[in-house]
Amino acid sequence: MTQTPIKTSTGRTFTHLVSKEGGIKYPLEALNVCEETFSPLEVAYDYDEIRRQVSRETIAAGPNSIWRYKAFLPVESENPIDVGTGMTPLVKSNRLARRLGLKNLYIKNDAVNMPTLSFKDRVVSVALTRARELGFSTVSCASTGNLANSTAAIAAHAGMDCCVFIPADLEAGKIMGTLIYNPTVMAVKGNYDQVNRLCSEVGNSYGWGFVNINLRPYYSEGSKTLGYEVAEQLGWELPDHIVAPLASGSLFTKIYKGFNEFVKVGLVEDKTVRFSGAQAEGCSPIAQAFKEGRDFVTPVKPNTIAKSIAIGNPADGYYALDIARKTNGNIESVTDAEIIEGMKLLAETEGIFTETAGGTTIAVLKKLVEAGKINPDEKTVVYITGNGLKTQEAVQGYIGEPLTIEPKLDSFERALERSRTLERLEWQQASI
Amino acid sequence: MTVKVLVPTPLQKFTNNQATIECDGGNIDQLIDALEKNCPGIKARICDESGQPRRFLNLYVNSEDIRFLEGTNTALSDGDEVSIVPAVAGG
Repeated sequence: MTQTPIKTSTGRTFTHLVSKEGGIKYPLEALNVCEETFSPLEVAYDYDEIRRQVSRETIAAGPNSIWRYKAFLPVESENPIDVGTGMTPLVKSNRLARRLGLKNLYIKNDAVNMPTLSFKDRVVSVALTRARELGFSTVSCASTGNLANSTAAIAAHAGMDCCVFIPADLEAGKIMGTLIYNPTVMAVKGNYDQVNRLCSEVGNSYGWGFVNINLRPYYSEGSKTLGYEVAEQLGWELPDHIVAPLASGSLFTKIYKGFNEFVKVGLVEDKTVRFSGAQAEGCSPIAQAFKEGRDFVTPVKPNTIAKSIAIGNPADGYYALDIARKTNGNIESVTDAEIIEGMKLLAETEGIFTETAGGTTIAVLKKLVEAGKINPDEKTVVYITGNGLKTQEAVQGYIGEPLTIEPKLDSFERALERSRTLERLEWQQASI
Repeated sequence: MTVKVLVPTPLQKFTNNQATIECDGGNIDQLIDALEKNCPGIKARICDESGQPRRFLNLYVNSEDIRFLEGTNTALSDGDEVSIVPAVAGG
């Protein structure tokens, strides 16, 4: 396979890896756990150097992708892998906001992220750029679907070999959306937590770059761009409240880190942003711990249609709990039926077809509003992280059917009359 | 009870770089003590100050997380496989 040669840029802004517990320093290699405490490793930066390199103007003049924030990301290539990832729309919601009784609601729409229609393209663009710098020629991942799509697609673009591991029972769209890029796909007979465990064992012995295992410190930094973009798109200002889905808890903690870094280098004013998280009831270990006031997360066995967020043993659950509590946010869970309603609600009011994870987030947003836990005036951003076309099975049987007609005017008119009658009946039913 | 223990890379410096070792123990607690006898220093890495396995480590007996069994009291039988796996981010 041919790969693009790497050009190293000067003025590297990241300095080392550091363990989240104990603060032990590690070199910038493919490492993901602290040897002493087993806690995750984080990338550490030289913020003075970042402050010297960036301003609102330099960012705004950068590429229309996550790489406009390159100084905040752990890569040193001058030519990172840029497939147009990021800078997805931040939509001011009118109809959904009105339906929920909110005055200041925004939707960050990563259902249209490039190239594979989920936020995972952000983390994978960073991970594969770093993998290339560290000399890996084969990349891999343990995935609930979206990550496999993204790793396979971006590896194809970058000319890297790819082997992905997924649970065997994934939605057909997610499997096909990986196979088309022609990686090796291992469909493991087990749930995501079992896939993950297998990969930890494989990762130790094959010398591959596993984006969410040995490359995890670099990979997870890509999610910070969901924080940066929202701040920039709001006119260099932080929101008051964010609502995001929780699977491993990584995305949530990285949006938080992203906001804090923008404050630290003086790009935005400091402000407390409330962080609220969404889980599916069939896999809600973090929401349960939140409700019970625990600071440890007891693993569960997932049983929900929201497969992309069905992680029973969330690695960053502890940190997600901490952030929700210290920012006066909430963590809620919703049933599968509410998730489907959430998907329909977002589609019908905003024209955005999200996957089950997005349905979960919208349903939790609704639940929090109804419980008085979101002030109608708060500038609230809800993160939609994946696309509904990938999980069509979830809504099959819950949405309307096409009206099949003859190619004749009277057939059309009869069908139209019938559909209007049905709509009227539905409306009458709803108002009782 | 002799069981097979799968050791993650960060702990292999205690096991002469062996990825699997055989060890005895009637339950997980006893197994950890037996590991410490064979590989001095390993217990302080697996367990925190209170003697419980660290928050970021998962222990499995024959593929089942011990938190779904009886935690460190989970009984072991001859031939069981115990794996020690650091938590990984998702998904």
